[in-house]
Amino acid sequence: MLEIKGLNAWYGESHILHGVDFNVQEGEVVTLLGRNGAGKTTTMKSIMGLVGRREGSVKFRGQELADKMPNQIARAGIAFCPEERGIFGSLSVTENLMLPPIVAPGGLTVDEIYAMFPNLKERARTAHGTRLSGGEQQMLAIGRILRTGAKMLLLDEPTEGLAPVIVQQIGRTIREIKKRGFTVLLVEQNFRFAATVADRHYVMEHGKVVDMIPNRELEANMGKLHDYLGV
Amino acid sequence: MIMIFGIPGPLLFGQLLLGLINGAFYAMLSLGLAVIFGMLNIINFAHGALFMMGAFCSWMLLNYLGIGYFPALILAPLIIGAFGIVLEKTLISRLYKLDHLYGLLLTFGLALVIEGLFRNAYGSSGLPYRIPQVLTGATDLGFMFMPNYRGWVVLCAAVVCFATWAIIEKTSLGATLRAATENAPLVQAFGVNVPRLITLTYGGGIALAAFAGVLAAPIYSVNPNMGTNFINTVFAVVVIGGMGSILGSIVTGFALGVVEGLTKVFYPQASATVVFVVMVIILLTRPRGLFGKAA
Repeated sequence: MLEIKGLNAWYGESHILHGVDFNVQEGEVVTLLGRNGAGKTTTMKSIMGLVGRREGSVKFRGQELADKMPNQIARAGIAFCPEERGIFGSLSVTENLMLPPIVAPGGLTVDEIYAMFPNLKERARTAHGTRLSGGEQQMLAIGRILRTGAKMLLLDEPTEGLAPVIVQQIGRTIREIKKRGFTVLLVEQNFRFAATVADRHYVMEHGKVVDMIPNRELEANMGKLHDYLGV
Repeated sequence: MIMIFGIPGPLLFGQLLLGLINGAFYAMLSLGLAVIFGMLNIINFAHGALFMMGAFCSWMLLNYLGIGYFPALILAPLIIGAFGIVLEKTLISRLYKLDHLYGLLLTFGLALVIEGLFRNAYGSSGLPYRIPQVLTGATDLGFMFMPNYRGWVVLCAAVVCFATWAIIEKTSLGATLRAATENAPLVQAFGVNVPRLITLTYGGGIALAAFAGVLAAPIYSVNPNMGTNFINTVFAVVVIGGMGSILGSIVTGFALGVVEGLTKVFYPQASATVVFVVMVIILLTRPRGLFGKAA
């Protein structure tokens, strides 16, 4: 569904990605693991066209996106949930939820999103999205892209800094949306969490993908993974 | 005759009304500046020149094409707004990645060029534009006579300001605008064509200025300097209200017009400077402006 080949990216003068290659099949949950600064977030931003300069190929459903603008990439059916969550303080919770335009039919309805995140329904009248707790903001950030009909989701560290009970809820959400046929590319620092949701893991180092580990072989590769991640 | 604070009532109310009229123009102009600043991060010094172009556009529509005031109230903002879109597309959009200062210099230069061209073509003494027949005359309000056209201007300005506020604060288009003001790249990554939104925002802000220009044409003579006369005060209004605040620019615009009017009654010598005195006080005590959010 998503095929990345030889992806290079720059922020100003600094060359961050040095030829990233990987692919995500339809219906899969795939993670990008790696230490801080390995290029995981930059990979996601490059897919969305949010870096200064990029080269290489980003193919989505056979369509080349590497030369497209972020809005065209979103319209092709990829939705992005950034690491900093990107909740807008000048918008109410409901306005945040309704902000991303519908890009394709088949998204979740607002009621389905509220059923998945009951907290959001209670907080729907909150006037400023940033008044929500960190966990609620994360749910809002995920919930609002489920509405758009995009079937490929890029989630950048959705569990970062959240309480264990919220992390579990996000894990349930990812398994639930996978069941509904969404495809997910997930950036994670926490591979124990990643192991509970993912089909495959790519390991990144110094702006490259250096390894691929299927989730069922994760246990056998624990030693290698510890070396990669330095944990 | 009624006396209030030793001032004859009609004089006081007359100045209040004049203040309200000036305030209406301050509000409409600073509103456009606030919208443009919020979205484009450009301090649009060309705003006064485009306001003047709105007034000239209505004069030209009347004198060259025989199109009267009321159609001009719609047409001139559309024409000048389209001109603004061309400016944004060809010039201003090149500056978004640079410091604020470049946008300020470019739009300041544009203002000088536009005003110079009009001065060359039409002189600086001013051209008359008559009040439309139905809005001539005055109404007795009991405590004073109100010229109908002046009442019309205040009404129009209030409606336009309220409509702009409602669009920005209460519609989904407005929510998208506010979100893009906060984090444009993310809004674009949701599938919104942000560059086009920016262009249309500039066009909209300019259309507001041109609308104010048409309203102003029958009150002030149509002349190339009419924008400059207003814009200095309008920038003070923007600073007092808080950069980029929609509600702030509306309320502050009307309020400062009234303050100016009252000063004319009680201490005329200070009427030209009172707005700037207020600005200094606000900057000293609340640098982000009355309605500005903390940085």
